[in-house]
Amino acid sequence: MIVSKHLLGLAGVRREEISLILQTAQFFKEVLSRPIPKVPTLRGKTVVNLFFENSTRTRISFELAEKRLSADSVSFSASGSSVAKGETLLDTVRNLEAMKIDMIVIRHHASGAPHFLATMIDAGVINAGDGRHEHPTQALLDMMTLLDKFGTLEGLKVAIIGDVAHSRVARSNIHGLRAMGAKVALCGPATLLPRAPREAFGNDIEIFTNVDDAIRWADALNVLRLQLERQASGLLPSIREYANYFGVTRRRLEAAKRDVVIMHPGPINRGVELESDLADSEFSVILDQVTNGVAVRMAVLYLKSGGDLEVANGAA
Amino acid sequence: MSRSIISQPCPHLLLRGARVVDPGAGIDQTLDVLIEDGVIKQVAPQIPAPDNFEMINAAGLVLTPGWFDLHVHFREPGREDEETVLTGCAAALAGGFTGVCPMPNTSPATDKAEIVKSIIAQSRQTMVDVHPIAAATKGREGKEPTEIAELVDAGAVAFSDDGCSVRTAELVRRVMEYAGMYQKPLIEHAEDESLCLKGAMNEGVIATKLGLSGLPTIAEDIIVARDVLIAEYTGGRLHIAHISSKGAIELVRRAKAAGVQVTCEVTPHHFSLSHEAVIGFETNTKMNPPLRSPADVEAVIAGLQDGTIDAIATDHAPHSSEEKNVEYPAAPFGVIGLETAMGLIISRLVLTKKLSLSQAVAKVTVAPRRILNLPPAEIKAGQTANLTVFSIEKKWVVDKTKFYSKSRNTPFDGWQLAGKVFGVYHKGQWWASPDF
Ligand SMILES: [Zn+2]
Repeated sequence: MIVSKHLLGLAGVRREEISLILQTAQFFKEVLSRPIPKVPTLRGKTVVNLFFENSTRTRISFELAEKRLSADSVSFSASGSSVAKGETLLDTVRNLEAMKIDMIVIRHHASGAPHFLATMIDAGVINAGDGRHEHPTQALLDMMTLLDKFGTLEGLKVAIIGDVAHSRVARSNIHGLRAMGAKVALCGPATLLPRAPREAFGNDIEIFTNVDDAIRWADALNVLRLQLERQASGLLPSIREYANYFGVTRRRLEAAKRDVVIMHPGPINRGVELESDLADSEFSVILDQVTNGVAVRMAVLYLKSGGDLEVANGAA
Repeated sequence: MSRSIISQPCPHLLLRGARVVDPGAGIDQTLDVLIEDGVIKQVAPQIPAPDNFEMINAAGLVLTPGWFDLHVHFREPGREDEETVLTGCAAALAGGFTGVCPMPNTSPATDKAEIVKSIIAQSRQTMVDVHPIAAATKGREGKEPTEIAELVDAGAVAFSDDGCSVRTAELVRRVMEYAGMYQKPLIEHAEDESLCLKGAMNEGVIATKLGLSGLPTIAEDIIVARDVLIAEYTGGRLHIAHISSKGAIELVRRAKAAGVQVTCEVTPHHFSLSHEAVIGFETNTKMNPPLRSPADVEAVIAGLQDGTIDAIATDHAPHSSEEKNVEYPAAPFGVIGLETAMGLIISRLVLTKKLSLSQAVAKVTVAPRRILNLPPAEIKAGQTANLTVFSIEKKWVVDKTKFYSKSRNTPFDGWQLAGKVFGVYHKGQWWASPDF
C-alpha cells in the first residue's frame, strides 16, 4: 500500500494512503493513552532529525514519536543562515550516508530540500517542513483532528486563512483535504494569496479576500501564523490593520456555523491572526492537534519504515 | 577534465556534395565548395578535384556559414574553474560555432579595454572568433557608463550589463546614445529587479505548487517596454537578450512594426522546455530568465516564425557541480548550451517543421552578425571560408560527460536529439568531430 519509503509531501498522494496513515495514527493514539505509552515497533532502527530551521514543537513531536516507537534517534539543529547553506546540507548528507541510518526527518528553509536529500541518500526521508512548499505531517494531524470532530472529511468545508502564499501548512492541507473529498477555501489579503491557485490546486478551490465570507462558508477554520516580517517586506500595510481586517475574532464568529472548529499550526501570534480568548475557547482544537501530531508521526515513521497496519495491531 | 580540440591546417579543400544553405545569399542546393588558401574559390555543382587538395565527401550533410552565438559566458577572468576562453571556444567549436560573444559579467567585469583585448588575445590560438561584449556601466553597477569609445577600439561589439538590467532609464538613454555613435547595440537583460527579489523560477502555477518564489513575466515586459520607448526616442540600437515572455515578444513585435531599431534573441532552452521541467527541483532547470509557461513557449515559437525573434543564442552559463548540487533556491541561475544548441534547433524547430532549415540557420548565422554590425560569412567565391558542416538526421544522445565545456550543468543530459556537427572550417583549418 505505502508506495514510497519517503514522505516528501502530500501532492499526488492517494486517498487510500492517507486513510491508512490516519487509521494507523488512531491505533498509535490508543497506544499513547496506555500507562506505558511505548511499543517496540522500531527497535533497532535509527532515525536522524535534521533541523536546519528552528521548530521546537515539530522537533519534539518527532523525537517523542521516535522514542514511543523505541527507535534510536539523534537530533541535529542548525538554525541561522551561516550553516543553512547548500554546502552544509550536502556535507551533512554525505556524513550521514557514511553512518548506518534508516530514516531522516528534515526541516529546511529551502523548498525542495527533502527532495534533494532523497536523491542523495538511501535512507527514507520524511519532510518536516521545506521552505514554503509542504509540511505533510502537519496536514495529516490537521486531518486527523477534523476526523475526530466530524467523523468524515467528505464534503467538509475547510477555510485556510492567512498567509497562504508562503505557507507550507496550507499547501499540504490543500492536497490532503482535496484527496479526502473535503472542500477547501483560501482566504487572506490578495498580497498573501498565491498566484494561480485554482490552476495549481483545482478549480473547485474557493477564494475569499473577506474573512467574514470565509467564516460564513466554513465548517472548520485553519488559521495560519502570520510572519510579522511580512509587513517589512511590503506585503502588508500594518500588523494592526491585518488584525482588524483578517484576524479571527469572537465577534466575527457570530456569523459562523454553531459547531465551527478552529485550528492553528502554532505558535500563535495572539491578537494578530487569532483573538487570544478564542485560542482557548470551546471552538479551538489546537491542543488536540498537538496530541494527534505525535500519533500521526508515529504512524508515518512506522509505515514508511515498512510496517503495515495489521502487524501494528498484532503487536498490540 | 574537459576534452581538447584537435584541428589541422587545411588550406586547400574540396567539400563535395553537401546541401549548401546560406540564407543571406538565398542558396539552398546541393553544391561543391572549393577552398584555396582558406578562401572560397568556387561554389558550383560537380567541381573536379584539383591536385594537392584534400577532399571531403559531404553528401547527405548540410553546409552553412559558420554558426555564431551572440550570448555566452566564459567566466574568464574570475571563475576559470568553471570555463576559460579556451575551453569555451572548444565547446563552441564542438557545437558548430565559429564565432561567439562572451558577456561582461566576469569578475572583474569586462569594463576596460585591457580586459577586452586579453579575452581576444586568449582566443587567437583557437579556430573561434571571439567578440567580447563590454559592460554598459562601470563594474556593471548601473552608476556611470563605461569608456565606450575606447572599448569599441579594443574590439567590443556591443554593451550590456547582462546578469541584470541597466539600472536606470537615464543610463539606458545615455549608453544607447553614446554606443549609437559607433553603431553598437545596447544588449539588455530585461528584468525589473524590484519585482524579482529572491525569485527562483517563473511565477505562476508551478511555482505555486512547488512553493518556490517567483520571477514574474511582467518584470521582463516592463524593462522591454521602457527600453523600446528609449530606443524610439534616441534612435539608438536595442537588442533584447534571451527573450522569454509572451508580453515581451508582443512589445518587440509592435516596436518593430513602428520602425524602432530593436532586435531580440531566444535561447534553445526557452523554446524546448517550460516551467513544468522544474517539478522535481532539478537545479539544472534553474536559469534567468526562468523557464516560462507553455503559453510563453508557444509565443516564442510564433516569434521565431514571424521574425519577431531575430536570433538564437545559447546564454551558455557554466557553473561548477558543487554550486549546482544544492537545494533549488540556493543554486545559481544558468545552464550551458553551446554543445546542445544545434541538436535542439534541428530536433525541436526544423524536424518538427516549425521553421525551415534556412530560417533556422539564419537565426544562428546571418542574424547575429547583422545585429552586431559584423561582416556576413557568406558562401561565395572570394569570401574567407567560415563554414559549419552537420547532419540533420544523425541521432545522438546527450552525454554530459563528453562535453568540451568545463562545466556539466545541462538539463538535456540523456535526451535523444538529431542534428550533429560533422566538422568546421575556419581560419584555414578543418576540425572533424570525433563524435560524428
Ligand atoms: Zn542575461
